[in-house]
Amino acid sequence: MSERFINPAVSAVPPSAIRKFFDSASTMKNAISLGVGEPDFVTPFSVRNSAIDSLLDGETQYTTNYGILPLREEISRYLSERYQAGYDPHTEVLVTVGASEAIDIALRAMLRPGDEVLIPEPCYISYQACTRFAGGVPVQVHTHAANDFELDAKDLEDCITPKSKVLILSYPNNPTGAVLPREKLEAVARVAIKHDLFVICDEIYSELAYDGFIQVSMASLPGMWERTMIISGFSKAFAMTGFRLGYMAAPQPYVVAAAKIHQYTIMCASRQSQVAAYYALKHGRETGYADVIRMRESYNQRRRLMLKAFRDMGLECFEPRGAFYMFPSIKKTGLSSEAFCEKLLQEKAVICVPGSAFGDSGEGHIRCCYATAISKLQEAFERIAAFLKTC
Amino acid sequence: MNGIKQQILEILDKDCRVPLEQIATMLGRDMTEVAQHIDELEKEQVILSYRPIINWDRAERQRVEAMIEVKVTPQRDFGFDAVAKRIYRFNEVKSLYLMSGGYDLLILVEAPTLKELAQFVSDRLSPLETVTGTATSFVLKRYKQDGVVFDDGGEDERLVVSP
Repeated sequence: MSERFINPAVSAVPPSAIRKFFDSASTMKNAISLGVGEPDFVTPFSVRNSAIDSLLDGETQYTTNYGILPLREEISRYLSERYQAGYDPHTEVLVTVGASEAIDIALRAMLRPGDEVLIPEPCYISYQACTRFAGGVPVQVHTHAANDFELDAKDLEDCITPKSKVLILSYPNNPTGAVLPREKLEAVARVAIKHDLFVICDEIYSELAYDGFIQVSMASLPGMWERTMIISGFSKAFAMTGFRLGYMAAPQPYVVAAAKIHQYTIMCASRQSQVAAYYALKHGRETGYADVIRMRESYNQRRRLMLKAFRDMGLECFEPRGAFYMFPSIKKTGLSSEAFCEKLLQEKAVICVPGSAFGDSGEGHIRCCYATAISKLQEAFERIAAFLKTC
Repeated sequence: MNGIKQQILEILDKDCRVPLEQIATMLGRDMTEVAQHIDELEKEQVILSYRPIINWDRAERQRVEAMIEVKVTPQRDFGFDAVAKRIYRFNEVKSLYLMSGGYDLLILVEAPTLKELAQFVSDRLSPLETVTGTATSFVLKRYKQDGVVFDDGGEDERLVVSP
């Protein structure tokens, strides 16, 4: 009977492959997880304390739909100073419940039925699903291990049809850890302009790039600001996942349209989260982002450890320069990425995420997160090395 | 001091048993270079010692600790250094700091029993001619030392798999 009452468009979207894996993994004892997608740092205490102060002060009411102005002003200043992209805090910045909400309402605000959304893969799991929920058609654009999973403008152009409308770009990338160097970003920008595409740029990992690499923002390139929306949030660089706080910044018409959905469905993000985020940005600015730098350096050290460990055990792996993931190839074992992860979990109690969960281009790879205590990483490396000998 | 030495110090400060090879990998340097930096840091007495942080309460060793605030008369030509030297030579003294504020020296002392600790204060510290006053406070419980929280469960609260 339920069929009649459930939207077929929702039924058509498969449940997240990550969720499926989580159910079998979460019951394992003594398992070491490289499957997490969040920092292993607790939010810096001064940031948590700002939320506590806000509660003590009785700030328990709704905020404006767009979010508290001081936070929007800080976001605007942050984007302009760090990423050379200027936005009016009054009309061009919207505070959302995580970057996830921003992705959802951006797509819903922009897509008409049948519009095609170009999605470079492997990618974060919600782009395809949100596109479908919004009535759009996701179009896979493959990226390749041979190119360090950087999006090639030619591959993108090959996928363009008269219905192509939006490109979702996410570098540094989850799950590959890839970044997109300036010249490749510029090539993608030329394609976007030539074919009149709008670019939704998920920059949630922007602060996490290593060894001096700086991820240039698409919005800062000439001719791109008008056709770009930046989506970001506080989860990764500021270690605030549970606060669920993100934002979008774009030219006014797009923000106004998305804000309409936001005001009718969400109303506003949690006030305490907004206060904490405001403090994180303000304090960050005043201290030269010392907390972010400290965490980034710690990830970088573990990134190098993991890369060396994988290469020592003979796993093919390009050097990822962003986010906190490594995406080694397990093709030589002859197993599918899902079978590899299942077997590794059952036999050695190590949790990795099958690359196929992030799109077809991820098949033959596994996502390993290095945001975990070094002692646990070392133990996981030993177990994986032992496992590979049995494959 | 250069950045790489600072980074080595930060790694050792968290865990001084990290193997040389691992430090080198973490910093993207080769092992001989890291070894040389550590040698220099030791020679320059930047690194003085490598020691664990021990929760003695769990090691079944009886001991009593106290913080003693000491007022002293500084000496001509030597200031506080001479009297500090005099005091830190006692084995009971674990740490000694010159302080700003209402007193001059702060001593962390340790002794096997309360009686021995009391004797240290009454028989050895107070009689020093430059010491003009002491106030002793006993340590009841340690919660955190050198950045390490005692009795911290340290559990990972994260979901084992998340997107």
